[in-house]
Amino acid sequence: MLNISDLYGKVEEKDILKGLSIEVKPGEVHAIMGPNGSGKSTLGNVLSGRPGYEATAGSVTFKGHDLLEMDTEERAREGLFLAFQYPVEIPGVSNMEFLKAAVDAKRKHHNQSELSSVDFLKLARETCKRVNLDASFLKRGVNEGFSGGEKKRNEIMQMMLLEPDLCILDETDSGLDIDALQVVADGVNAMRDGKRSFLVVTHYQRLLDYIIPDYVHVLAGGRIVKSGDKSLALELEAKGYGWLENEVA
Amino acid sequence: MTDFQQSALHLAACQQTPAWLQPLREQGAANWSAASWPGRKTELWKYISLAPLQQQGDLRWGGEADDSAIDAVERVEVDATCLVFVNGRFNAARSSALPAGIVRFADADTAQQQLIAQHLGQVVDSQRHLFAALSNAWVDDGILLHVPRNQTLDKPVYILNVATPEAQPAVASQRLLVVLEEGSEAEVIEHFASDAREQNGFVNSLTEVVVGANARLQHYRINLEEENLLHVGGVHADLHRDARFHGFTLAQGSRLKRIDYQVNMRGEGAHMDLNGVYLPRNKQVIDYHTNVEHCVPHCTSNEVFRGIIGDSAKAVFNGRIHIHPQAQKTLAELSNKNLLTSRTAEINTKPELEIYADDVRCAHGATIAQLDETSLYYLQSRGISAADATTMLSFGFINELLTQVPEQAIQDYLRPRLASLFGQGSEQVGHLSYE
Repeated sequence: MLNISDLYGKVEEKDILKGLSIEVKPGEVHAIMGPNGSGKSTLGNVLSGRPGYEATAGSVTFKGHDLLEMDTEERAREGLFLAFQYPVEIPGVSNMEFLKAAVDAKRKHHNQSELSSVDFLKLARETCKRVNLDASFLKRGVNEGFSGGEKKRNEIMQMMLLEPDLCILDETDSGLDIDALQVVADGVNAMRDGKRSFLVVTHYQRLLDYIIPDYVHVLAGGRIVKSGDKSLALELEAKGYGWLENEVA
Repeated sequence: MTDFQQSALHLAACQQTPAWLQPLREQGAANWSAASWPGRKTELWKYISLAPLQQQGDLRWGGEADDSAIDAVERVEVDATCLVFVNGRFNAARSSALPAGIVRFADADTAQQQLIAQHLGQVVDSQRHLFAALSNAWVDDGILLHVPRNQTLDKPVYILNVATPEAQPAVASQRLLVVLEEGSEAEVIEHFASDAREQNGFVNSLTEVVVGANARLQHYRINLEEENLLHVGGVHADLHRDARFHGFTLAQGSRLKRIDYQVNMRGEGAHMDLNGVYLPRNKQVIDYHTNVEHCVPHCTSNEVFRGIIGDSAKAVFNGRIHIHPQAQKTLAELSNKNLLTSRTAEINTKPELEIYADDVRCAHGATIAQLDETSLYYLQSRGISAADATTMLSFGFINELLTQVPEQAIQDYLRPRLASLFGQGSEQVGHLSYE
């Protein structure tokens, strides 16, 4: 699904990723943990093609294609989805209009016909219900005036509508209370179907009580310094990140 | 006097007008003749040139147009008393029967004549507003909307002004007087439109509004005209104690379009809010000048104007707030945001605050920007193309104001038109016009 090999990346002339490698196979859930400033968010942004985040060396293949050669929108249409750490507020553009444009763009890319407005509205309403958002959020501006939890649920709703092959969750759990976290985790777990892959980037072990990962990686200093199964997350929770940094150094 | 001024006066002499309007006409003609022609150093006309007007040649009055040209203009679908003017002439066949309180100047009875004479040309400062002087000199026909004390107009008044091209460039003069007595309410929609053909005319339009104590006016002025039309117009309002004026205006089209809004706070507790949108493109020139005179204490004003300027178009927004010494406890806000979508587009934005009272709150801001990169990225990260994302964000910038328009029929009319304006060459039109 996703093969990141010896990836170097910089943000505004600052080297952040320094030789990162991960392989994610179909159906797997990988958690990436790490201290602040280790490059967690940079990884998500480089993978989704955010302007200003540049891969300087190494390779990333996504479903056999060179991901780094693709435009941001092309990556999305091919099935890569990044749930933002800080979803963007866009007043004046209704959530509904935004969601339909996104879904249509993907359908068109895959030579499917656009959904009719009626069919889409029905689908969007059902999806709202799945993430416990009132349907009135569809009429509001994109994330405009949404609470932190509502923004994150809106991200999960987009993920459900777009049915991506690879979901990257960039600290989706940060700042959420347990109820909201549960909704987000339920949404993710409902989408685990044995084929879809997940890259769950988080600062806190708590999320992994709800989304059980197959693998846990520790990112520090721009590369993976330790990998293991879900027990690694518990070890990190108990010991903090300091021991790893010492071990690596 | 310039040739244009002379030619305009000559045109006034061709009219046959009732005697009771003569004093205003004469005063207008005197102001018009005495005025020095605005040049680049005239502050009120600093950023635009009136040369296209002077190049009109000999002026003549607009004539009748055939019905197909009139019907080619799509109307706002609103349940309203509808008045249609074509090239400045009233078209009875295309208009509703006029209910009591709405009358053409030409048909006014003695009491109405007195009311008109009392207010017409009195709200507007025709020394300051050159083209108001011209409008006074040209006063012939027009509409009076009079709502008596504590009455609410049961339907909006929809005034459609249609311009059509003529063999020789022609002139249309439009005049509206709204008098709301104490405690009354009304909704007025002024729609200036042209048929799709290339226009060659000049429209001079003037609206005067008197909002009595505790009365309320919801006012719309929609200017969607072909880009070669010339249009100078103004809306001037006197607000008495606790009066409310809620305005919305939108302008697109014209190679010379100048619209003035002046609101005079005459009574304590009066409130005005005005949202405006201008969308010049190609070589269009749109100039909005607003001026709020806070003459008395405890009044509030809030203006929000947004523009998207494309191609080689030019826009001007000049927002003046004048707080007089006695106008304590004034709350005045003004915001102007602009998006430039091409390197050759031009915006001149100037908030102009004159504050002579010390216990007031006055906030203003003006920005000129390109589209937000993070928003673009967010849309693209969901598979939306850069071109479509640009269209959506541009439309969204304006749609924020559109969604606040209380009259749903106006929203329904404008949304698909603006969507297609932004969406030319984009597949987003369908989405944008959708809820």
